[in-house]
Amino acid sequence: MAELVNLTIDGISVRVPKGTLVVDAAKSVGIDIPVFCYHPKLKPVGMCRMCLVDIGTPKIDPATRQVVRDEKGQPVIVFGPKLTTACTTPVSEGMVVRTATEQVRAAREDVLEFLLASHPLDCPICDKGGECPLQNLTMAHGPTVSRFDYDLKFHNDKHVPLGDLIFLDRERCIQCGRCVRFQSEIADDPVLQFHDRGRGMEIVTFSDPPFDSYFGGNTTDICPVGALTTADFRFKARPWELKTTPSLCTHCAVGCNLALNTRLETKTGGYEIKRVMPRQNEQVNEIWICDKGRYVHHFTRAEDRLHYPLIRQDGKLVETTWEQALRIAADRLERPSAILVGDRIANEDAFLIAQFAKAIGAALEQRPALPAHYADVARAVGIGSDADFKQLGAGDVILVVNGDVEEEAPVWFLRLRQAVVDRGAKLIVAHHRSTKMHRYAAAIHRYEVGQAAKWAASQRADWLQGARNVLIVFGDEHLDGSSARALAQTLANWLILGGFAGKPNSGLLPLYPHANTQGVFDMLEHATRPANETTDTLWLVGVGADEPAPRANFIIVQDILLTERAKRADLVLPALSFAEREGTFTSGDRRVQRFYRALPPLGEAKPDWWIVQEIARRFELPWRYEAPAQIFAAIAQQVPRYAELSYERISRVEPQWPPMGREDLYYGGTVYDNTGGLGARYAADAERSALSPYDVHVPEPTLAGLERTPRLLYRDGELIRRSAVLRAHIVAEPLTA
Amino acid sequence: MGGYYGSKNKTMEQHVLLRDVDVPNIREIDVYLAHDGYAAWRKALTTMKPDDVIAVVKDSGLRGRGGAGFPTGVKWGFIPKDVFPRYVVVNGDESEAGTFKDHQIIDGNPHQLIEGILLTCYAVQANVAYVYLRGEFYEPAKTLQRAIDEAYARGFVGKNVLGSGFDVDIHIHLGAGAYICGEETALLSSLEGQLGQPRLRPPFPAVQGLYAKPTVINNVETLANVPPIVLHGAQWYRQFGTEKSPGTKIFCVSGRVKRPGNYELPLGKYTIRELIEMAGGTIDNRPVKGVLPAGSSAPILPASALDTKLDYESLQAAGSILGSASFVILDDTVNIVWAARKMVRFFKHESCGKCTPCREGTYWGLRLYDKILSGHGTREDIDMIAEVASQMSGKCFCLLGEFATSPMLSTIKHFREEYEAFIAAHQGGRRNGYDDELIREGVIDEAGNLIVGHVGQKTAHHL
Ligand SMILES: Cc1cc2nc3c(=O)[nH]c(=O)nc-3n(C[C@H](O)[C@H](O)[C@H](O)COP(=O)(O)O)c2cc1C
Ligand code: SF4
Ligand code: SF4
Ligand code: SF4
Ligand code: FES
Repeated sequence: MAELVNLTIDGISVRVPKGTLVVDAAKSVGIDIPVFCYHPKLKPVGMCRMCLVDIGTPKIDPATRQVVRDEKGQPVIVFGPKLTTACTTPVSEGMVVRTATEQVRAAREDVLEFLLASHPLDCPICDKGGECPLQNLTMAHGPTVSRFDYDLKFHNDKHVPLGDLIFLDRERCIQCGRCVRFQSEIADDPVLQFHDRGRGMEIVTFSDPPFDSYFGGNTTDICPVGALTTADFRFKARPWELKTTPSLCTHCAVGCNLALNTRLETKTGGYEIKRVMPRQNEQVNEIWICDKGRYVHHFTRAEDRLHYPLIRQDGKLVETTWEQALRIAADRLERPSAILVGDRIANEDAFLIAQFAKAIGAALEQRPALPAHYADVARAVGIGSDADFKQLGAGDVILVVNGDVEEEAPVWFLRLRQAVVDRGAKLIVAHHRSTKMHRYAAAIHRYEVGQAAKWAASQRADWLQGARNVLIVFGDEHLDGSSARALAQTLANWLILGGFAGKPNSGLLPLYPHANTQGVFDMLEHATRPANETTDTLWLVGVGADEPAPRANFIIVQDILLTERAKRADLVLPALSFAEREGTFTSGDRRVQRFYRALPPLGEAKPDWWIVQEIARRFELPWRYEAPAQIFAAIAQQVPRYAELSYERISRVEPQWPPMGREDLYYGGTVYDNTGGLGARYAADAERSALSPYDVHVPEPTLAGLERTPRLLYRDGELIRRSAVLRAHIVAEPLTA
Repeated sequence: MGGYYGSKNKTMEQHVLLRDVDVPNIREIDVYLAHDGYAAWRKALTTMKPDDVIAVVKDSGLRGRGGAGFPTGVKWGFIPKDVFPRYVVVNGDESEAGTFKDHQIIDGNPHQLIEGILLTCYAVQANVAYVYLRGEFYEPAKTLQRAIDEAYARGFVGKNVLGSGFDVDIHIHLGAGAYICGEETALLSSLEGQLGQPRLRPPFPAVQGLYAKPTVINNVETLANVPPIVLHGAQWYRQFGTEKSPGTKIFCVSGRVKRPGNYELPLGKYTIRELIEMAGGTIDNRPVKGVLPAGSSAPILPASALDTKLDYESLQAAGSILGSASFVILDDTVNIVWAARKMVRFFKHESCGKCTPCREGTYWGLRLYDKILSGHGTREDIDMIAEVASQMSGKCFCLLGEFATSPMLSTIKHFREEYEAFIAAHQGGRRNGYDDELIREGVIDEAGNLIVGHVGQKTAHHL
């Protein structure tokens, strides 16, 4: 426990850990000191001068080094001649802070008047209008009129592209430096900087291509004015027109919490996602998301979304009714069948599919197939259910093996980097090529492409001994199934033999391909049966175009889009996307989280669980589920690891620090606010009972592994192709070793 | 950069700093050696412990000559124990208006500076010193480099100096032309290759300075005092100056005087009036209107303050500061509104832009002066200038912003009637003697109209 310090703010006694800044100490007792440059996630700089307050400290007798007291025995407090910035001053014992004096009030008004005098005040056409800290703080602390001559105002460039994704309005910029600091302190893509000086100081980008970062979108969230806007959202809607729905990102294993901002569009005749924002979850993504999560959403309203079931007639796909489609599907599935399931569908969907496959004796496999080779190991020796990335630091070892954290799980990259760079965890990286993580590595191991398991097997099992915690992040780049499993088992053995298994902040962290790889594995596990080379009926549920599949006489494709795969199907079943329905995902670190319905259904499309249930009913399976919540209750009963979980538990929200959003004036709007739940991790096997080490067989790598391309963030795919803003970023060429 | 003025102003029997006035060619190492050169260095290396050097500088009462007047020995004492490496950084940015004393030391007596740097390195056990010179000191930098090379060749600098086992290197770095880079933390950022903007304090440079290591940063003139102090002792040094302001100080005199230049004087002995007399009096013997004791950064003193003594305390008592002691003398031919605008324009140009009050305040301050000087001002604009200045004061990130309020507040305080008279005489944008200057600066057009809607510089988004 950190040492506590006592101080008084506006007469209120406050007790906070040593090192807390005055601005945060005030916040903890509900006193809002206005800020612009300060941001609780960034290092303080004291530039904007908005947070000036009156700070006094007890007078110390230089001879005795004791606090001087007045006749009443009260400490004599000495206030400085000038006001002090609350954002740069740490608390000290006996400190007295006054935030409501006339001097402080006047200072705030002075600083605001200066900021506004050079500001265009084009709120009516500004994307930030309505959730703008500058507007909010002006209302709270500002002068009502400016005394400066409007004609003598300074003007500057608008609509400056800082890259293809972010635009800068140089007039609106208040030179707070939050964007610059985010890019260098958090993303470590220091591509933004101030150029020139004085009133001419302005933001420029230094990278080529410009503003080259996977995280740039976050700068538009933390910019306290409308100076930075995304190419995706600018001029698309006003914040107050938007409805906010809690959701989850589906693109990687992190499970970032999202807020989907939607608006009813008369032109297109329905609700649309106008913007994707991070939703605060300090355990998962804090307040950050990567640009993929932010910009890929356009597939939800892609032109080729499926609205109706389609059946092949005379070689062409034509619309049909659900009644007919379900009957045909059921008929076909009477024959020898194989079901392939993608890992973006919800736990509820996967659970029903597994029950169904078991009931009818169909083959069942997960796609991509590779993670199923090691997901049981990752789960067994996963990080503890109470693991907290913020606690990783000095004394801990983070080992990254055969994975590219920034490409495969961008927000984990941010979190692990901070554990290393800011808090002193030791990073060891093993890979056949260089990744961004290599920048922070204390030790680097290299091996030939595809030889990760061999490399791991060649290490002594006790080589990580002595660390406080060991977190092992691993990927399956260029591995085949047996090598990936051997790698996972070897890493698991290091943890088991080293006594790290079952410790909260130790364990394996797998770099799975999608948001629900672990959940689909958990649901399918006991119903999985390998498919033969050929089958009579093949049912593909949300399976990517490049996934291998058996040959079949009749192919049913269940998807949200008319994908390349759907175009070749015999029967197409239209599913709702994650934005149009609810459900749960299980992240790579086993956090089960809810997503909610943000958009109304599209045409006749249905949630996957509904489609499965309807087909199952034609096999006389007695299901009558009305909502995912009921299915989840069944999961909790039948899947032992999920026994402690319920919608009630994972929907729970507790106050988070730092407070963001809500009525809070500092950070603008309310989208950060987490109303959807913080989720909960189920326990790793190692937390329940001691595990014995795996018996590992390291195979010779096969061509199957070498042929796979690395899982880059902007790899080509059906979804990213439908996002106009990201299309230019798609990496066609696989990265070579 | 041309030369500095009047290096031959003889104001002392024997100069402590401007020894080039007494000894021809002391910039040559042999001449310097023949006049006690590097004797202090030898003495320190052979007979003194590092702490002894700190102690004698502390006892001498030497105060920083860069402006703030902080006791030098005390500053050296702040270096934390057991943290290495440490650095010595020499502030040769000399960018205050009317300051040219460091220039003369570097040009005329470079070895004394080098010896001072070496002694400082030894005192704080730093093995590397960086001399940060303003970019315009291109020629002086060559002179200094030549002197450093000579000192290396004679074994005063480098590995195992004079067989003592102590290693020390000196590097010169030229700035890129920013006044703010004279401020010590901005200087360190600039030296590190970063944007020249001041840093938060604490941590102070003594604790976390250059590359986050303990760093002593001192002005050129400050360090030039160190060799004589080490050689002759603290008592000898204290024969000059006052109890609180010991030693001699170089006064840079410029403006409307007959003999502008550097004048080295014991602190507290003479008055401003006497200093002006030493500089030959005013041109055409016109009456003095005001004196800027530290260039544009210090409040102006009216003629009534001419009998103020030349030391830190007396100038403060008179309502100004000694600062870098760059005395700009204004006589009655100088239009105070024009002079104040010049200074405000300087600060607007030099504001680093980091903090709101200085960035915006210097901009609006200048705009108001533009209005007045171009004949579009009103009496209310005078009050507004004072408002802008008080809106800035006490709120800026560093002292530059606070300095910028001086020309506004102090000229209005002492010369308000002159502002009012000027405004009255130029009502309605009537043309006046400043048109050419204002047209050149883009403030008014050929017809005398104020140009409005100032636009940024259209920087490419991507440099
Ligand atoms: C805006 C500003 C400009 C300054 N410019 C200079 C300068 O040009 N030269 C200098 O020696 N000190 C300058 N200083 C003072 C330095 O910050 C610092 O106090 C000085 O280098 C310390 O050395 P000293 O103790 O030897 O005086 C400046 C300070 C400020 C706030
Ligand atoms: S663009 Fe926004 S975040 Fe960046 S400095 Fe300007 S106001 Fe601050
Ligand atoms: S890090 Fe992963 S979960 Fe988070 S926004 Fe990016 S792709 Fe989505
Ligand atoms: S006062 Fe502020 S803007 Fe001015 S120079 Fe200092 S830090 Fe920069
Ligand atoms: S100076 Fe404290 S918030 Fe900007």
